[in-house]
Amino acid sequence: MSYALTAQEQLKGIVLESSSSEEMPLPGVNVYWLGSSVGAITADDGTFSLPYKFSFNKLVISYVGFKTDTLTVTENKFIRHVLQASDELDAVTVTSRKQTTSKSYLKATNTLTVSADELLKAACCNLSESFETNPSIDVNFADAVSGTRQIKMLGLNSPYILITTENIPAIRGASQAYGLSFIPGTWVESIQITKGAGSVVNGFESITGQINTELVKPTTDDKFYLNAYGATSERLELNTHFNTKVSDKWSTGLYVHANTHQENHDVNDDGFLNMPLFNQINVMNRWQYTNPEKGIVSFINLRYLYDEKQAGQVNFNPDNFDPRNPGSLGNIEAWGSEINTERIDVTTKLGYVNPEIPYQSLGFQTAFSHHRQDSYFGLNIYDIQHNSFYSNLVYNSIISDSRHKVKTGLSFTYDHYDELVNTETFERTENSIGAFFEYAYDNLDKLTMTAGARVDQHNRLGFFVTPRLHVRYTPWEKSALRASIGRGKRSANIFAENQNLFASSRQINIQDAGGKIYGLDPEIAWNYGLSYLQGFNLFGRKADVTFDFYRTDFQNQVVVDWENPFEINFYNLDGKSYANSFQFEFNFNAFEGFDLRTAYKYYDIKTDYNSGRLEKPLIPQHRLFANAAYETKENENGSQWKFDATYNWLDSQRFPSTELSIPEFQLDEFSPTVGILNLQVTKVFSSKFEVYLGGENVTNVRQPNPIISPDNPFGANFDSNFVYGPIFGSLYYAGLRYRIN
Amino acid sequence: MKQIILIFTVLITTVSFAQNKNAKATMEVDGVCGECKVRIEKAAIRTKGVKSAVWNLETHELKLIYDERKTDLKTIAQKIANAGHDTKYVTASDEAYAKVDACCKYRDEEVVKAHKTEKKN
Repeated sequence: MSYALTAQEQLKGIVLESSSSEEMPLPGVNVYWLGSSVGAITADDGTFSLPYKFSFNKLVISYVGFKTDTLTVTENKFIRHVLQASDELDAVTVTSRKQTTSKSYLKATNTLTVSADELLKAACCNLSESFETNPSIDVNFADAVSGTRQIKMLGLNSPYILITTENIPAIRGASQAYGLSFIPGTWVESIQITKGAGSVVNGFESITGQINTELVKPTTDDKFYLNAYGATSERLELNTHFNTKVSDKWSTGLYVHANTHQENHDVNDDGFLNMPLFNQINVMNRWQYTNPEKGIVSFINLRYLYDEKQAGQVNFNPDNFDPRNPGSLGNIEAWGSEINTERIDVTTKLGYVNPEIPYQSLGFQTAFSHHRQDSYFGLNIYDIQHNSFYSNLVYNSIISDSRHKVKTGLSFTYDHYDELVNTETFERTENSIGAFFEYAYDNLDKLTMTAGARVDQHNRLGFFVTPRLHVRYTPWEKSALRASIGRGKRSANIFAENQNLFASSRQINIQDAGGKIYGLDPEIAWNYGLSYLQGFNLFGRKADVTFDFYRTDFQNQVVVDWENPFEINFYNLDGKSYANSFQFEFNFNAFEGFDLRTAYKYYDIKTDYNSGRLEKPLIPQHRLFANAAYETKENENGSQWKFDATYNWLDSQRFPSTELSIPEFQLDEFSPTVGILNLQVTKVFSSKFEVYLGGENVTNVRQPNPIISPDNPFGANFDSNFVYGPIFGSLYYAGLRYRIN
Repeated sequence: MKQIILIFTVLITTVSFAQNKNAKATMEVDGVCGECKVRIEKAAIRTKGVKSAVWNLETHELKLIYDERKTDLKTIAQKIANAGHDTKYVTASDEAYAKVDACCKYRDEEVVKAHKTEKKN
């Protein structure tokens, strides 16, 4: 930095030691201003020189084996000091505990940052499971066939959330259904969850919010990291990280993840596997280039993933079944499903910060991915190939001064989809070019605001404007009042997003309306939000409450209608569709090391179906959440205990109508309520090594009959989508983490 | 006035001597805590012509980028002094100093000490 040119006054002096009545210069002594990081080390001749600071007047002189002295310096005069030998060694400093989840009182957006420490509370295993200790995101129960967990925000499914890794849209298109399980938990450095419309910088698709995941970086991650996990279900996971410095500017990291589960489980005796058999290998190689003199940081990521899943009846043998040539129904020995995915990702990032003018910076990102999924669910075949290219150029600067920040840039996207649904092929290309401008105002006091807009020209969505606004106002101390409004637009990948519905005997119908995406129109929604955060002291300890209200209003939606038990219908919304979500959260640091987090959520989500306005199926109206975390004080060697308990209670959920089925296969209108308790204990032995032990769903709550008509999977009533609770029951796991810094 | 600017420019830093609209300078400002940081930066940035101001609690250095055609270090230092913080150029008046929060009384040895122990725990 050019600040080195600063011609500052220097304080000069010499440090000596008295040995056998003679005074000798003492090299290597620390000399610094007390309370500052301004200091120097004495040279071979015992002399030192450091910037003279009128605002500091205590000069500390310390050296191992000598008594530390503090001198009072009130004017810039040459210092001559003799240190006395001592027998004692300096004590070790202790660092304070950092918060695992933090809410900002200052940002304009309603953003929650989840640190790696918080992620450790849910020891397993990938991004979809990382949100279990977080009340803002709902993690669904695994569906009865693929075992994949979907997430929801503000009551709406993950396709309405923009999920990015390092600000590059990551989980979209073909990877929508299983993409979260393709990001291993140990690769995650931190997660930022933003409720509401979000920023215009990363595109126009986000509707309910944005989830950004920062991955571990070669320069900051441990040199070596090992995580092994095993569960009573015989699911095994292994993660290893290797990071190394290649030259003074280049570093590289290799991250390898593998998981496997090959044990048959059928605790409810319906003849179907409760969780699929799977294998996954996931390898990422990152290259990081840092040149602080020139202000350049760059990343290159290469990733390869192969994932295979097998599900269905326990006695299903994929070698004896060819979905393209199944033969006569009577000869098929069992219902089964296979989902094989291969994915390649190449992403690059180049950042330039003007070393002369640090508020001016330029960023350029590119991402290429190739995603291929070959799958079948009984007699339903679903193959998808998705090639995607994304690039974004962002320029940051200020207008007049740093209270007024601006971001502007250009983006280009290309997506090619090639799908096979049973015998029908669907092929389409989407491309768009867009420009955005975002203005952020901070009056350095009570008000911050982010206003942005982008214009895009898209070959299927047309030419459109996406405006978004976030405002934060602090009416009084420790509070933040926020409001947001924004628009989002997207094309619904109806098959990829709803592929769980293939695991049924339903007939798929698209009510073609002449639109450009499967004959349907793009989805358009406005999102409005209000949020109030108040921090206070309760019994002398820190506490805070949050009230959130968000509404999503669809102008158009691709309605996924499964209100007829023999059909799935996709059609354009005719009428209203909205999602209201209210959340009350209370957090309390009750005593040293103990944090309590509680939340209540209320959802009102309704859509006009062809059969009338209905509550969205399988979403509880009321939810309760509680998380208690306790950790003992860290000992000097870093050892400690950590305890964590999470409880979720879900109100009854509406089942899609089964009125047309024969009485034997009819369900009640609503499901029972469910309450699930997870526990975890971690024993940290040192900063290098720790082990953990935990239980999921320890009270062994189970949905007794998750599959309808399991005895006749090729019959008209077979369906595996009526899942409102855990299928497997309780599960215990253990694991270890070992790191070398 | 121009001479004063020039003298300051030479004395205090900066790369260029001409009227630079992105002039840079570092100024030592006394303070003790995060509250001080907010107040110092606010005072600096609200001076017309200042584009960026970042104060470092550890080193007491305020890094400035400002438009020399619109302001100078003396003016910025005066604004900071008005907010109650001392610089080498201007010492804050007792009235201005009286207005800073209790935790920011950087002239008080006890307050400085209290912040130090806080940092260690």
